[in-house]
Amino acid sequence: MKKKKIAGNIVSYIVLILISIVWLFPFFGLFLQSFRSYDPKVEYGGMVDYLVPKTFSLDNYRFLFSGQTNFLKWYANTLIIAICVAVIQTVIVLCVSYALSRMRFSGRTFLMRFWLILGMFPGFLTMICLYFLLKQFGLTQAGAVPGLILVGTASSGMGYYVCKGYFDTIPKALDDAARIDGATRARVFFTMTIPMSKPIIIYTALVAFMAPWCDYVFASYVAFGHDESFNVAVAMTRWVWTNDYQGYFTRFCAGGILIAIPVTILFMCLQKYYVEGVTGGAVKG
Amino acid sequence: MGKGIIRIFQTIGAAFKEGDFRCRISFLLMGFGQLLRGQFVKGAAFMLLEGAFIKYMVSFGARYFSKLSTLGTVATQKVRRKTIYGDNSFLILLFGILTVFVILAFAVLWYLNVKDNYEILKLVREGKKIPTNKENLASLFDKNFDKTLLALPVTGIFVFTVLPIVFMICVAFTNYDKNHQAPTNLFTWVGLENFEHLLSFGSSGMGRTFAQVLIWTLVWAFFATFLDYFLGLAVAILINKKGIRFKKLWRTLLVVTIAVPQFVSLLYVMKMFANDGLINGYLMKWGWISSPIQFWVDPMLARITIIVVNIWIGIPYMMLIATGLLMNIPEDLYESARIDGASGWQMFRKITLPYMLFVTGPFLLTQFTNNLNNFNVIYLLTQGKPLSMKLAENAGNTDLLVTWLYKMTVLDTNYRMAAVIGIMVFIVTAVVSLVVYNMLPSVRDEEGFQ
Repeated sequence: MKKKKIAGNIVSYIVLILISIVWLFPFFGLFLQSFRSYDPKVEYGGMVDYLVPKTFSLDNYRFLFSGQTNFLKWYANTLIIAICVAVIQTVIVLCVSYALSRMRFSGRTFLMRFWLILGMFPGFLTMICLYFLLKQFGLTQAGAVPGLILVGTASSGMGYYVCKGYFDTIPKALDDAARIDGATRARVFFTMTIPMSKPIIIYTALVAFMAPWCDYVFASYVAFGHDESFNVAVAMTRWVWTNDYQGYFTRFCAGGILIAIPVTILFMCLQKYYVEGVTGGAVKG
Repeated sequence: MGKGIIRIFQTIGAAFKEGDFRCRISFLLMGFGQLLRGQFVKGAAFMLLEGAFIKYMVSFGARYFSKLSTLGTVATQKVRRKTIYGDNSFLILLFGILTVFVILAFAVLWYLNVKDNYEILKLVREGKKIPTNKENLASLFDKNFDKTLLALPVTGIFVFTVLPIVFMICVAFTNYDKNHQAPTNLFTWVGLENFEHLLSFGSSGMGRTFAQVLIWTLVWAFFATFLDYFLGLAVAILINKKGIRFKKLWRTLLVVTIAVPQFVSLLYVMKMFANDGLINGYLMKWGWISSPIQFWVDPMLARITIIVVNIWIGIPYMMLIATGLLMNIPEDLYESARIDGASGWQMFRKITLPYMLFVTGPFLLTQFTNNLNNFNVIYLLTQGKPLSMKLAENAGNTDLLVTWLYKMTVLDTNYRMAAVIGIMVFIVTAVVSLVVYNMLPSVRDEEGFQ
């Protein structure tokens, strides 16, 4: 019996190690290839069929920081968008969730159902109309960064599910007790509910912060043709999709590493809250 | 619903019949009653809004609203060197719809005004005190705090989601495409023509392409959801197993795929599977194959590769969720099963799986609908390629409805068909959601949680 158990565990470990290798391999590859020079005199910068570069060089990183492209600008754009969206979206989601979880007003169920149905339309449907609206306020091309912040936050009220689910689990009796003591709704919200909701606030902000880093669709449409207001996803996707002979692939790898490392570290630090959020959200639907 | 409407008209009728002159004048001049009763803030707000409405309609709204039925008749032309400006269908449609909403909003506001007047009147007749300005304002942070909280989010959703969606739904019934770009070429209503075009299986129709894309969308969503679900569950069980050490490490290793922005990881993986990529390169070097496997070129292989890569993306997510839930299953259930001599597989089938399916039912449903619209994975990996001569409108063999919609909008400016596809996506999502939702065992009373 014991022998069987040990054998089972060994098999499990082997499977786990294999899974880990498969899961980490692409990142490992990305990391190694970012050190392959794109200089034709040294090595080829396109896609190659070997993993380890023949000579390690920092050419790609040097290129990114040299100002030959707007890489730093793109990075700053994305960072600004991500921070603004995270802050504004969290505030909006908290407001909406509190109202829907704690207050009973006429039209409440209608509003929730209406938003649910609205969410079933694909987001890109609104693209040309949004573009036009943004253009009216000068928020496309050169003004794409504030424009994208606006688009990213304007409809965030519809993403209240997880947060409302969390608020629902805070006993209503607490609110009632505070209100009997004369606290207004606003006071209850600011001094009681918000301090008690640290995990869900971090979760909401984290998810909102991560999204703009992968935003390709709207970002490419809104910033169309205006290099300075691209975000990293739009700018660097271009590098991959250009033909290989230009050798931009390794530069993409280097840029990818520079983006992935800070975001990943941030995510890992806040992982606990993320897990809480997704698990809670999954159960309550 | 019906009762509510009747009650609205009852209130209006009663307010007119029983109301005094202040109340009745308020029917025309909003906020009049409140002003005379000393509620300056509320009265002034109503009056200003009425003024704004009239100004909007006279100077802006009426112009577009009146042309809504034709979407403009005079195209902008160039006569010799002078440009003679005409109508612009796009603006007429957009601002026409906006005006319709403004009129509706004004009707609601008018009703609120009448009701408020009537309620004040009732308070006066009963000899009670009318709320002061200060109390009115303070209530926005207490009794009416919901209005304060929701004002901005609801406005945002209206302008950036509701208005554009209604606009695009309307576009589905027009001929707005690359040959009808306002203001030089106006577009107009064409009824159901676009829908007929989409569903016609003739040589010029898009019926066959639509059917193929739709089927692939459903197949993809099915595999992407359930494969990820069961494999993720399996990995979670494996890590949760007694005797396995470094549980946290294994989980963290997998979670990296969630943390790294998808455009970095997916684009790299796409290159890995390319014909001249790493995988083909090593397989050839080791002599296992003589010519590259056409991962992204062969339609069937491309579809399978996408699903496999998506497993790579999806397992960690499911694993995280399952890990938390597995711990909630009471240990004694397994204990007694073990005493009865149940095997591991039996325990999984009779205890773990039913519990998980019950608890995560709604999650599975959201996952499925999300996958129906999973733009990033498809677009970053294949952009819908390989293309096919048999398919209409640039559709490729791995295109989902949404990526097809995106291509139509961006590459072809075929807005009329893009709008129709958008409506189809909505219908598919709504039907799937409704049918599955009613089958879920765990659909419980929402209030039950509190």
